Amino acid sequence: MRTPPGVSPSDFAAALAAFTQIVGAEWVFTSDEDVALYRDAYSPLAGQPEERLASAAVAPETTQQVQAIVRVANQYRIPIYPISTGKNLGYGGSAPAYSGSVVVDLKRMNRILEVDEANMSVLVEPGVSYFDLYNHLRKTGSKLWIDCPDPGWGSVVGNAVDRGGGYTMANYRNHFDSHCGMEIVLPNGELLRTGMGAIPGARTWQQYKSGCGPWVDGIFSQSNLGIVTKMGFWLMPEPEAYLRCTVSVPRYKDLIPLVDILNHVENARIVNGFPDLASPLLGYPPTGQVQLFIEGTSAYATTAQQKALLAQADQGYSPELEAYALANKIPYWELWVTFYGPMEVVEAQWKATQRHFSQIPGATYKIVDQLKLPVDPAKISDYHEPEFGVPSLRAFSIGARTPYNPTPSKGHMWFSPIIPRTGEAIFEANRVFSAAAKDLGMPLFQTFSMPACFWERSFIFILATPVTTDAATNRKYLAGFKKLIEIGGQHGWGEYRTAPVFQESVMDVYSFNNHALHRLHETLKDAIDPNGILSAGRYNIWPRHLRKKAQ
Amino acid sequence: MKTLLTLLAASLVATSAQAATADGAQVFEKWCAPCHAPGIEHPGTHALEAKYKGVKSSFITDWTDVTPEYVKLMVRTGISVMPHFRKTEISDAELNALANYVIRKH
Repeated sequence: MRTPPGVSPSDFAAALAAFTQIVGAEWVFTSDEDVALYRDAYSPLAGQPEERLASAAVAPETTQQVQAIVRVANQYRIPIYPISTGKNLGYGGSAPAYSGSVVVDLKRMNRILEVDEANMSVLVEPGVSYFDLYNHLRKTGSKLWIDCPDPGWGSVVGNAVDRGGGYTMANYRNHFDSHCGMEIVLPNGELLRTGMGAIPGARTWQQYKSGCGPWVDGIFSQSNLGIVTKMGFWLMPEPEAYLRCTVSVPRYKDLIPLVDILNHVENARIVNGFPDLASPLLGYPPTGQVQLFIEGTSAYATTAQQKALLAQADQGYSPELEAYALANKIPYWELWVTFYGPMEVVEAQWKATQRHFSQIPGATYKIVDQLKLPVDPAKISDYHEPEFGVPSLRAFSIGARTPYNPTPSKGHMWFSPIIPRTGEAIFEANRVFSAAAKDLGMPLFQTFSMPACFWERSFIFILATPVTTDAATNRKYLAGFKKLIEIGGQHGWGEYRTAPVFQESVMDVYSFNNHALHRLHETLKDAIDPNGILSAGRYNIWPRHLRKKAQ
Repeated sequence: MKTLLTLLAASLVATSAQAATADGAQVFEKWCAPCHAPGIEHPGTHALEAKYKGVKSSFITDWTDVTPEYVKLMVRTGISVMPHFRKTEISDAELNALANYVIRKH
């Protein structure tokens, strides 16, 4: 059994005994076999000396047990690392940032505490997955929708705390933004409720976010300064209809006005669903539909001539390729837009949307799906389920063995820089990152890459870096990934979220005024977690006693 | 009397086995079906279809050549992009039930 660094075997034994008193022997994991279950399944360092590994794990069932565990951790100076459902795959999974930490596994805290149908809100514990919440709402006849990311087994709380995104209406897609009220066990074991929850007997905890005084919820995101034990969310009332359409434009440079107009129609709420960018010419599917292409249920036709032109194009462009597209009426770019609401309203929104995009010469329009809701559950797999508030695991076809990918990967690491929401930025990101990826020998680009449109004012230029079974290849990709982070920083781009192995590199990019943000993070850390027991090293925020050692 | 006891014991075993199968079905439905239910929209099924190309069923509960130990090994170690599952997700008792459910057609 591994002992946390700097902790004596006797103190660790005493702490484990105390954890056992709190949760029972069944829920304290110390054997090598059990602790191995807390490894990051997608670690690029699997089996290597630098792999981040837990020393033990403890799984509380109640908030009181979390408080007691935190107090024991303070008593014996045990580093602890909370996880919710532990399915943050591609961003670190269930492994701690600091090897030797005891993972506090919150999966057993899986209660849906309140569903307020009238307020369209929910209060949940961190072990509740999107599948759990979805199934509960359907079973109880609720008319509320969840907004979920692609992996439906993720934690509603954990994904929000790690600032994940989804696929329905804009005001629900940013999961941290759609929360309302938190309960947090502070690093000293004290219990805090934020927003209106700070009022004893509060009646509007899930109705008004900020309460009074400085709004502190943000400092508990990304899990450095407290363990979130309850979190409220606003849910979306089931819409009457769903309309999905495409706006196709013929020329390479049309991407610039296409994005500009999208930004207007989306932020004016003319388009209120998930927008998605694709390129029929380049064979690049929309992000939300990518698994349909992998499955082979949807595909852009590409002729031999088109493929030959693509092979000669520079980052998806050549005059010959554009001429071929124009002659054959193959759109260079395709924007998918979705609408939720009453049928007559979404039809009117689509009409207004077309009027806005008509500024682009040659733009064409198509209705892809026009559905009265709810969709028959037997037919939901015909669509991208999360756009209907339905969780699935379909996105795991990315990297898995398929007819198009005969060599499955061992996982993936998401490279996720935020770039401006402009066509120019898409071109620039492709130019910069595809050249870098080529130099670094990283298989990230085929022809051109499109960003994801989770949020209304920025893009995530998300790229999946494969994790393989070959340690040398993984090391090469890991070093390349860090270089891409650095290159992104040089262009004013930074990651929104990353796995522990990259957190130092990412936070180094946020260096304005001699790392003023990082220094504030450390100041907060010292004030709120003076013994430095919680989430050491997460997002490169180390407790005082580990700072020099870590760097 | 002995026969009655034997029958009773057999009945208890059967009941226990049925209960285990029922629990195993629930575990499968919750943890496995999102990837391993029939249909290529399920990545596990799709991956196995690509691997076996019709020579063997892509639906794992059709398989008759796996042992409970193999099922448990896959759940606790994972394979390809399928991660391993912790005991807070699938307990040892649930894993036993699941393994028995997966091999029930043997």
